Amino acid sequence: MDMNEIKEIFFQECEEQLAELESGLLRLNDGDRDPETVNAVFRAVHSIKGGAGAFGLDDLVSFAHVFETTLDCVRSNKLEPTQDVLKVMLKSADVLADLTNCARDGGSVDEARSKQLIRELEALAHGTPLPGAAEAPVAKAAAKPAAAKSAPAATAPAPASPAPNDQGFVPVAFSFDDFGDEAAVDPVAMSTFEISFKPNADLYRKGNEATLLLRDLSRLGEMSIHCDMDSLPSLDGLNPEDAYFSWKISLRTDKGEDAIRGVFEFAEWDCELEVAERAEGEQPDAIEGEAPMQAVPFDLSILDEEPEHPLGVVEEEEQIAAGEREATVTALETASNVLNLASAAAKAADAKQAPANAASAQQAAAAGQTIRVDLDRVDRLINLVGELVINQAMLSQSVIENDTNGTSSINMGLEELQQLTREIQDSVMAIRAQPVKPVFQRMARTVREIADITGKSVRLITEGENTEVDKTVIDKLAEPLTHMIRNAVDHGLEMPEKRVALGKNPEGTVRLTAKHRSGRIIIELADDGAGINRERVRQKAIDNDLIAADANLSDEEIDNLIFHAGFSTAEKVSDLSGRGVGMDVVKRSIQALGGRINISSKPGQGSVFTMSLPLTLAVLDGMVVTVASQTLVVPLTAIVETLQPDAASIHSFGATQRLISIRNSFCPLVDVGRILNFRATQANPVEGVALLVESEGGGQRALMVDAIQGQRQVVIKSLEANYTHVPGIAAATILGDGRVALILDVDAVVAASRGQPLRLESALAAVG
Amino acid sequence: MTTLANTMTSGARELIAFRIGDQEFCVDIMSVREIRGWTPATSMPHTPGYMLGVINLRGAVLPIIDLAARLGMNPAEPTVRHVIIVAQSGQRIVGLLVEAVSDILSVTNDNIQPTPDVSSDFERTFARGVLAIEKRMICLIELDAVFPHTESEAA
Repeated sequence: MDMNEIKEIFFQECEEQLAELESGLLRLNDGDRDPETVNAVFRAVHSIKGGAGAFGLDDLVSFAHVFETTLDCVRSNKLEPTQDVLKVMLKSADVLADLTNCARDGGSVDEARSKQLIRELEALAHGTPLPGAAEAPVAKAAAKPAAAKSAPAATAPAPASPAPNDQGFVPVAFSFDDFGDEAAVDPVAMSTFEISFKPNADLYRKGNEATLLLRDLSRLGEMSIHCDMDSLPSLDGLNPEDAYFSWKISLRTDKGEDAIRGVFEFAEWDCELEVAERAEGEQPDAIEGEAPMQAVPFDLSILDEEPEHPLGVVEEEEQIAAGEREATVTALETASNVLNLASAAAKAADAKQAPANAASAQQAAAAGQTIRVDLDRVDRLINLVGELVINQAMLSQSVIENDTNGTSSINMGLEELQQLTREIQDSVMAIRAQPVKPVFQRMARTVREIADITGKSVRLITEGENTEVDKTVIDKLAEPLTHMIRNAVDHGLEMPEKRVALGKNPEGTVRLTAKHRSGRIIIELADDGAGINRERVRQKAIDNDLIAADANLSDEEIDNLIFHAGFSTAEKVSDLSGRGVGMDVVKRSIQALGGRINISSKPGQGSVFTMSLPLTLAVLDGMVVTVASQTLVVPLTAIVETLQPDAASIHSFGATQRLISIRNSFCPLVDVGRILNFRATQANPVEGVALLVESEGGGQRALMVDAIQGQRQVVIKSLEANYTHVPGIAAATILGDGRVALILDVDAVVAASRGQPLRLESALAAVG
Repeated sequence: MTTLANTMTSGARELIAFRIGDQEFCVDIMSVREIRGWTPATSMPHTPGYMLGVINLRGAVLPIIDLAARLGMNPAEPTVRHVIIVAQSGQRIVGLLVEAVSDILSVTNDNIQPTPDVSSDFERTFARGVLAIEKRMICLIELDAVFPHTESEAA
């Protein structure tokens, strides 16, 4: 392995680290204060720095170093990750990504920007008290704010205790707001809650962890805990994926019921939770006579010995060195134990947390074990499986032909073979399937940049990032999506002042959602901006001669005008979007992927773009048709409907053109056989079948074919690989009989039938 | 491996000879992947006349060239006796329809005589030399020139 290969691996890892970094920062931005998140962010930058150092990438190292220093301040709780801090960090992550790309591919980086960010980062880092304290033991440094946070006692040490070494404290964006209520604690407000917490298996399945919830709970106040293991079955009846434990917690706190429920906010659907306040003055005794101090260690020993815990505390046994495990156990113990002295316990918990986190990180790594495989190898496998499927179909066909009674064991074996091949095909396709997360993450950056340039305040919410789709689809999704996001922020969302005037949240929201629906992936992009100004779109379309001034269009038709080429309604052309090459390009690239795009818009409330895409580009749903004794496949996505024309509905139009009337509107007939030169004269339409298709411009055409053979999924084979592009043909496929069938390029056929690009008015006229 | 090494050092090479009509041609054996029988091809629209169409070669879509038509002779009327020489050039693979494979020749570069100076497209485009073997004349074909290029796009 030479240096370049190692370097390539480094850059691949950089990409992963950068994704990790960004998602971590975004989680922090959303209010996640899990120390593990901070650690993950820190680790990401640290690894990039380390690798870059090995390759002598000095720019990268120096920037990563400053970034790392600042992150270290966050990690050691010297710097509160406020929105402002995170904004700088997210920008730094962008610059870090730029620097990495630059180191890989050459090119230049906006040096002014990175210098500016270095200054900002340094300011953040040096704003903290006693720079020397960075080398102080983490536990000590961490204890300070943590103690402040979790100390509910009337002593209220929060603002007081860090005061002595506090000189630089004030100018930093260190928010005391969080502790404000604690500082003003009134001892009378303390009350005791009885909490019953019974997690369902789903809680673990969704990656929640009862221990962490209990630890969070312990930070609210004095807590005693009892674990109920009555429902634990004997070992032979034990399902390792199920949940058997429940906890009874007695918590003395001043935070109130809402805070307690807040701890379980993300888990409440997956557990049975009861919170009851006990009458004041009653002693917070141990529950049901059992001493909690005994109950907890017992609990943990069970955890270590029996595999009932789905998140694999047991795995720790194998994975973690004994010492580490001990620390973990102590940490867990600390977390779920009775907290007699809140501040002391919090100190201990924070000190022990580091190994505990290391353990959980190790688990996470074990759970998501991956290997790097060259994409070519995967593709070769997919190809082979495609051949297997075809071969199996051919075999089945010939057996059916030769075996009249159809009950022989060969037939049964073949059925099993069919099942297996189908499963293999699905599994192999799944290898290529990747979550859309990386693309969505890239969009977060796009939103940040545009928000910066336009001076708008935007919040990007992403949902369903783990929805999986073929890698090729993902790769081709980024560009149209970037375009749409730009449009949504630039044109869709209003300026903050205007939003306030309209009674909206000054921060605009862009919501990006992905989900699976009936074998396709649906991606939705919604903004809560102004929506489409239909009057303006209509006027613009009339000005640009796209529609007649008196055209009668539905709201939907007007909305869809924005997908027309050369259409841009932005009043000022910005350097972001608004060059008039926007939405038509988006629509075309989505269609090239075999997808469709729709818009629905409500004035004043925003617009929703909905894209429906195939899960893979390797297979296609097609209609198998016969044209001039040739078998062709027409992509199903293009077909609106099929109809059997009768003589009365066919009208000659000029010398060669013919129109077909469909529900009182006329649609040009296109003889596919003629266009493809498979026959010299036009076929008689009455003898064939018409496929009503929709093409790029939104216009419809009736494609004449001789007969429909059926519908089936076909594996797409490139013609370009061994030959060149054939006009009118998109690709080829291999049918069950082993013969090659060509896949029709509907758009090209329609374009050829026009002879020239069609204008929208005629397309709309055709639609009626 | 040893034969290959010999080939490299002595300039010796092996050629596959085949018949089209009453003429014999040959190509370098290293560019031939396999030889198979004729199966009906799926014809493609808007392609030059020598393109017979595409067939399924174990999952790959293989374009078939009627070599007779490609070389400017009378187009073949493929029968089951015809064979397809599956040849590779660079990353591309095509099938060449010929009447029959006749021989495998071991020759050295010295055996290959320059193409006689006749002014025809054929000589300029496709022929790379001629061989005299047992009173037969066998023409060495330049595969790259036979492969369809951008001309089909222009068509």
